[in-house]
Amino acid sequence: MTLNQIAFIVLSCLALFGAVGVVFFNTPVRSAMALVVNFFTLGLVYFMLGSELIGITQIMVYAGAIMVLFLFVIMILKSTNDTDKPQLGERRFLFSLLGAGIVFGMIYRYVIMPTMGRTDIQFTRTYGTPQEIGKTLFTQYAWPFEIVSMLLLVGIVGSIMLAKRKF
Amino acid sequence: MIPILNHLPIASVFDEVPLGWFLTLSLLMFTLGAVGVVVRRNPVVVFMCIELMLNAVNLTFLSFAAYPTQMVALSNPGEAAITGQMVVIFVMAIAAAEVAVGLGIIMAIFRLRNEADVDDMNTMRG
Repeated sequence: MTLNQIAFIVLSCLALFGAVGVVFFNTPVRSAMALVVNFFTLGLVYFMLGSELIGITQIMVYAGAIMVLFLFVIMILKSTNDTDKPQLGERRFLFSLLGAGIVFGMIYRYVIMPTMGRTDIQFTRTYGTPQEIGKTLFTQYAWPFEIVSMLLLVGIVGSIMLAKRKF
Repeated sequence: MIPILNHLPIASVFDEVPLGWFLTLSLLMFTLGAVGVVVRRNPVVVFMCIELMLNAVNLTFLSFAAYPTQMVALSNPGEAAITGQMVVIFVMAIAAAEVAVGLGIIMAIFRLRNEADVDDMNTMRG
Protein backbone atom coordinates (compact mmCIF):
# COMPACT_ATOMS: atom_id res chain seq x y z
CA MET A 1 0.00 0.00 0.00
CA THR A 2 1.69 3.11 -1.19
CA LEU A 3 1.17 6.65 -0.03
CA ASN A 4 -0.93 7.50 -3.07
CA GLN A 5 -3.29 4.63 -2.44
CA ILE A 6 -3.71 5.69 1.18
CA ALA A 7 -4.44 9.25 0.06
CA PHE A 8 -7.00 8.00 -2.44
CA ILE A 9 -8.69 5.79 0.16
CA VAL A 10 -8.97 8.65 2.64
CA LEU A 11 -10.38 11.00 0.01
CA SER A 12 -12.86 8.45 -1.29
CA CYS A 13 -14.05 7.60 2.22
CA LEU A 14 -14.75 11.29 2.81
CA ALA A 15 -16.55 11.56 -0.54
CA LEU A 16 -18.65 8.49 0.18
CA PHE A 17 -19.50 9.83 3.63
CA GLY A 18 -20.77 12.96 1.91
CA ALA A 19 -22.76 10.95 -0.61
CA VAL A 20 -24.38 8.80 2.07
CA GLY A 21 -25.13 11.91 4.07
CA VAL A 22 -26.93 13.56 1.16
CA VAL A 23 -29.26 10.59 0.87
CA PHE A 24 -29.83 9.74 4.52
CA PHE A 25 -29.66 12.96 6.54
CA ASN A 26 -32.99 14.22 7.78
CA THR A 27 -32.96 17.93 7.07
CA PRO A 28 -32.15 19.56 3.71
CA VAL A 29 -29.48 21.78 5.28
CA ARG A 30 -27.55 18.77 6.53
CA SER A 31 -27.83 17.18 3.11
CA ALA A 32 -26.44 20.35 1.57
CA MET A 33 -23.49 20.36 3.97
CA ALA A 34 -22.76 16.72 3.17
CA LEU A 35 -22.89 17.61 -0.50
CA VAL A 36 -20.31 20.35 0.08
CA VAL A 37 -18.00 17.76 1.67
CA ASN A 38 -18.53 15.45 -1.28
CA PHE A 39 -17.85 18.12 -3.91
CA PHE A 40 -14.75 19.41 -2.14
CA THR A 41 -13.15 15.99 -1.79
CA LEU A 42 -14.13 15.19 -5.36
CA GLY A 43 -12.17 18.27 -6.42
CA LEU A 44 -9.15 16.84 -4.61
CA VAL A 45 -9.66 13.51 -6.41
CA TYR A 46 -9.60 15.46 -9.68
CA PHE A 47 -6.22 16.83 -8.59
CA MET A 48 -5.05 13.25 -8.11
CA LEU A 49 -6.14 12.54 -11.67
CA GLY A 50 -3.96 15.38 -12.90
CA SER A 51 -6.65 17.80 -14.07
CA GLU A 52 -5.85 20.86 -12.04
CA LEU A 53 -8.10 23.37 -13.75
CA ILE A 54 -11.15 21.15 -13.44
CA GLY A 55 -10.41 20.50 -9.78
CA ILE A 56 -10.27 24.22 -9.06
CA THR A 57 -13.41 24.78 -11.13
CA GLN A 58 -15.16 22.01 -9.23
CA ILE A 59 -14.39 23.60 -5.88
CA MET A 60 -15.34 27.09 -7.05
CA VAL A 61 -18.43 26.31 -9.10
CA TYR A 62 -19.93 23.34 -7.29
CA ALA A 63 -18.78 23.70 -3.69
CA GLY A 64 -19.09 27.47 -3.95
CA ALA A 65 -21.70 28.79 -6.32
CA ILE A 66 -24.15 25.94 -6.77
CA MET A 67 -24.27 25.10 -3.08
CA VAL A 68 -24.89 28.75 -2.23
CA LEU A 69 -27.82 28.60 -4.63
CA PHE A 70 -29.15 25.48 -2.94
CA LEU A 71 -28.76 27.01 0.52
CA PHE A 72 -30.53 30.20 -0.56
CA VAL A 73 -33.48 28.21 -1.84
CA ILE A 74 -33.59 26.13 1.35
CA MET A 75 -33.45 29.34 3.36
CA ILE A 76 -36.14 31.15 1.39
CA LEU A 77 -38.57 28.27 1.31
CA LYS A 78 -39.75 27.54 4.76
CA SER A 79 -38.91 23.90 4.56
CA THR A 80 -42.02 22.37 5.99
CA ASN A 81 -40.89 18.80 5.75
CA ASP A 82 -37.92 18.88 8.06
CA THR A 83 -38.67 15.33 9.00
CA ASP A 84 -38.31 14.04 5.47
CA LYS A 85 -36.58 10.96 6.69
CA PRO A 86 -36.24 8.14 4.16
CA GLN A 87 -38.48 5.36 5.39
CA LEU A 88 -36.08 2.49 5.57
CA GLY A 89 -38.64 -0.28 5.68
CA GLU A 90 -40.64 1.10 2.80
CA ARG A 91 -41.20 -0.94 -0.33
CA ARG A 92 -39.86 1.86 -2.51
CA PHE A 93 -36.61 1.90 -0.58
CA LEU A 94 -36.16 -1.84 -0.85
CA PHE A 95 -36.84 -1.89 -4.58
CA SER A 96 -34.52 1.02 -5.28
CA LEU A 97 -31.81 -0.67 -3.25
CA LEU A 98 -32.38 -3.87 -5.20
CA GLY A 99 -32.15 -2.07 -8.54
CA ALA A 100 -29.07 -0.15 -7.50
CA GLY A 101 -27.48 -3.38 -6.33
CA ILE A 102 -28.14 -5.08 -9.66
CA VAL A 103 -26.73 -2.12 -11.61
CA PHE A 104 -23.73 -1.95 -9.30
CA GLY A 105 -23.01 -5.65 -9.61
CA MET A 106 -23.26 -5.74 -13.39
CA ILE A 107 -21.17 -2.64 -14.01
CA TYR A 108 -18.64 -3.69 -11.40
CA ARG A 109 -18.26 -7.16 -12.89
CA TYR A 110 -18.13 -6.29 -16.56
CA VAL A 111 -16.65 -2.78 -16.67
CA ILE A 112 -14.62 -2.16 -13.56
CA MET A 113 -13.04 -5.53 -12.79
CA PRO A 114 -11.13 -5.63 -16.12
CA THR A 115 -9.66 -2.22 -15.30
CA MET A 116 -8.43 -3.12 -11.82
CA GLY A 117 -5.00 -4.01 -13.13
CA ARG A 118 -4.44 -0.76 -14.98
CA THR A 119 -2.09 1.44 -13.05
CA ASP A 120 -0.47 3.09 -16.05
CA ILE A 121 -1.85 6.55 -15.51
CA GLN A 122 -0.05 8.87 -17.86
CA PHE A 123 -0.50 12.40 -18.96
CA THR A 124 1.52 14.84 -20.92
CA ARG A 125 3.40 17.70 -19.38
CA THR A 126 0.60 20.16 -20.05
CA TYR A 127 -2.27 17.84 -19.13
CA GLY A 128 -4.97 19.77 -17.32
CA THR A 129 -3.21 23.12 -17.25
CA PRO A 130 -5.27 26.25 -17.95
CA GLN A 131 -3.19 26.96 -21.06
CA GLU A 132 -3.96 23.63 -22.68
CA ILE A 133 -7.65 23.67 -21.72
CA GLY A 134 -8.11 27.24 -22.91
CA LYS A 135 -6.34 26.65 -26.19
CA THR A 136 -8.51 23.65 -26.99
CA LEU A 137 -11.68 25.32 -25.74
CA PHE A 138 -11.28 28.33 -27.98
CA THR A 139 -10.09 26.54 -31.10
CA GLN A 140 -11.45 23.03 -31.44
CA TYR A 141 -14.47 23.46 -29.19
CA ALA A 142 -15.37 27.05 -30.01
CA TRP A 143 -18.77 26.19 -31.48
CA PRO A 144 -19.98 24.10 -28.49
CA PHE A 145 -18.63 26.86 -26.24
CA GLU A 146 -20.83 29.44 -27.94
CA ILE A 147 -23.85 27.15 -27.77
CA VAL A 148 -23.28 26.61 -24.05
CA SER A 149 -23.07 30.36 -23.52
CA MET A 150 -26.44 30.75 -25.26
CA LEU A 151 -27.85 27.95 -23.10
CA LEU A 152 -26.64 29.67 -19.94
CA LEU A 153 -28.22 32.94 -21.05
CA VAL A 154 -31.54 31.22 -21.73
CA GLY A 155 -31.27 29.45 -18.38
CA ILE A 156 -30.71 32.70 -16.49
CA VAL A 157 -33.63 34.45 -18.16
CA GLY A 158 -35.90 31.44 -17.80
CA SER A 159 -35.17 30.89 -14.14
CA ILE A 160 -35.75 34.56 -13.33
CA MET A 161 -39.04 34.42 -15.20
CA LEU A 162 -40.07 31.27 -13.36
CA ALA A 163 -39.15 32.55 -9.94
CA LYS A 164 -40.60 36.04 -10.31
CA ARG A 165 -43.93 35.24 -11.90
CA LYS A 166 -47.01 35.76 -9.80
CA PHE A 167 -49.48 32.98 -10.15
CA MET B 1 7.00 26.17 -23.19
CA ILE B 2 8.46 23.92 -25.82
CA PRO B 3 5.71 22.47 -27.98
CA ILE B 4 7.42 19.18 -28.64
CA LEU B 5 7.19 18.27 -24.99
CA ASN B 6 3.42 18.44 -25.04
CA HIS B 7 2.84 14.92 -26.22
CA LEU B 8 5.60 13.17 -24.37
CA PRO B 9 4.19 11.15 -21.50
CA ILE B 10 5.98 11.91 -18.28
CA ALA B 11 6.36 9.43 -15.48
CA SER B 12 3.67 10.15 -12.96
CA VAL B 13 4.02 9.95 -9.23
CA PHE B 14 0.47 8.66 -9.08
CA ASP B 15 0.97 5.53 -11.07
CA GLU B 16 0.09 3.06 -8.36
CA VAL B 17 -3.63 3.74 -8.00
CA PRO B 18 -5.58 1.42 -10.32
CA LEU B 19 -8.15 2.81 -12.71
CA GLY B 20 -10.75 0.53 -11.14
CA TRP B 21 -10.60 2.36 -7.82
CA PHE B 22 -11.62 5.65 -9.35
CA LEU B 23 -14.37 3.93 -11.30
CA THR B 24 -15.61 2.16 -8.17
CA LEU B 25 -15.88 5.46 -6.31
CA SER B 26 -17.77 6.90 -9.25
CA LEU B 27 -20.14 3.92 -9.45
CA LEU B 28 -20.86 4.04 -5.72
CA MET B 29 -21.67 7.74 -5.93
CA PHE B 30 -23.92 7.16 -8.92
CA THR B 31 -25.92 4.37 -7.30
CA LEU B 32 -26.26 6.32 -4.06
CA GLY B 33 -27.60 9.27 -6.04
CA ALA B 34 -30.06 7.03 -7.85
CA VAL B 35 -31.32 5.56 -4.57
CA GLY B 36 -31.68 9.08 -3.20
CA VAL B 37 -33.73 10.25 -6.17
CA VAL B 38 -36.17 7.39 -5.56
CA VAL B 39 -36.26 7.54 -1.78
CA ARG B 40 -36.35 11.23 -0.90
CA ARG B 41 -39.49 13.37 -1.17
CA ASN B 42 -38.15 16.87 -0.76
CA PRO B 43 -37.53 18.22 -4.28
CA VAL B 44 -34.45 20.18 -3.21
CA VAL B 45 -32.84 17.02 -1.88
CA VAL B 46 -33.82 15.16 -5.04
CA PHE B 47 -31.96 17.84 -6.96
CA MET B 48 -28.91 17.35 -4.78
CA CYS B 49 -28.98 13.63 -5.58
CA ILE B 50 -29.10 14.45 -9.30
CA GLU B 51 -26.04 16.65 -8.82
CA LEU B 52 -24.35 13.70 -7.13
CA MET B 53 -25.02 11.52 -10.16
CA LEU B 54 -23.68 14.20 -12.53
CA ASN B 55 -20.49 14.44 -10.52
CA ALA B 56 -20.06 10.68 -10.60
CA VAL B 57 -20.21 10.82 -14.39
CA ASN B 58 -17.65 13.64 -14.40
CA LEU B 59 -15.31 11.51 -12.33
CA THR B 60 -15.68 8.67 -14.83
CA PHE B 61 -14.81 10.94 -17.74
CA LEU B 62 -11.71 12.24 -15.99
CA SER B 63 -10.58 8.75 -14.98
CA PHE B 64 -10.80 7.44 -18.50
CA ALA B 65 -9.06 10.57 -19.76
CA ALA B 66 -6.11 10.03 -17.45
CA TYR B 67 -5.77 6.38 -18.40
CA PRO B 68 -5.94 6.50 -22.20
CA THR B 69 -6.99 3.34 -23.97
CA GLN B 70 -4.62 1.62 -26.32
CA MET B 71 -6.64 2.30 -29.44
CA VAL B 72 -6.97 6.03 -28.95
CA ALA B 73 -3.44 6.36 -27.72
CA LEU B 74 -2.18 4.84 -30.93
CA SER B 75 -4.03 7.27 -33.17
CA ASN B 76 -3.46 10.53 -31.33
CA PRO B 77 -2.05 10.60 -27.81
CA GLY B 78 -3.24 14.02 -26.75
CA GLU B 79 -6.71 13.75 -28.23
CA ALA B 80 -8.37 11.40 -25.74
CA ALA B 81 -7.04 13.21 -22.71
CA ILE B 82 -8.21 16.63 -23.77
CA THR B 83 -11.60 15.37 -24.97
CA GLY B 84 -12.46 13.93 -21.56
CA GLN B 85 -11.69 17.22 -19.84
CA MET B 86 -13.69 19.21 -22.41
CA VAL B 87 -16.75 17.02 -21.82
CA VAL B 88 -16.43 17.61 -18.08
CA ILE B 89 -16.31 21.36 -18.58
CA PHE B 90 -19.46 21.31 -20.71
CA VAL B 91 -21.24 19.04 -18.23
CA MET B 92 -20.42 21.52 -15.47
CA ALA B 93 -21.82 24.44 -17.45
CA ILE B 94 -25.00 22.58 -18.32
CA ALA B 95 -25.41 21.40 -14.73
CA ALA B 96 -25.21 25.01 -13.55
CA ALA B 97 -27.98 26.02 -15.98
CA GLU B 98 -30.02 22.99 -14.94
CA VAL B 99 -29.74 23.86 -11.25
CA ALA B 100 -30.82 27.44 -11.88
CA VAL B 101 -33.87 26.44 -13.91
CA GLY B 102 -34.79 23.58 -11.58
CA LEU B 103 -34.61 25.68 -8.45
CA GLY B 104 -36.72 28.31 -10.23
CA ILE B 105 -39.34 25.66 -10.93
CA ILE B 106 -39.24 24.52 -7.31
CA MET B 107 -39.73 28.12 -6.15
CA ALA B 108 -42.72 28.47 -8.48
CA ILE B 109 -44.25 25.25 -7.20
CA PHE B 110 -43.78 26.33 -3.61
CA ARG B 111 -45.42 29.64 -4.36
CA LEU B 112 -48.33 27.88 -6.01
CA ARG B 113 -48.98 25.14 -3.48
CA ASN B 114 -47.15 26.27 -0.33
CA GLU B 115 -45.67 22.84 0.07
CA ALA B 116 -43.64 20.61 -2.17
CA ASP B 117 -43.61 16.86 -2.03
CA VAL B 118 -42.58 15.09 -5.20
CA ASP B 119 -45.19 12.41 -4.56
CA ASP B 120 -48.01 14.99 -4.59
CA MET B 121 -47.00 16.68 -7.84
CA ASN B 122 -49.34 14.88 -10.19
CA THR B 123 -51.27 17.78 -11.68
CA MET B 124 -50.04 17.05 -15.19
CA ARG B 125 -50.79 13.36 -15.08
CA GLY B 126 -52.79 12.51 -18.18
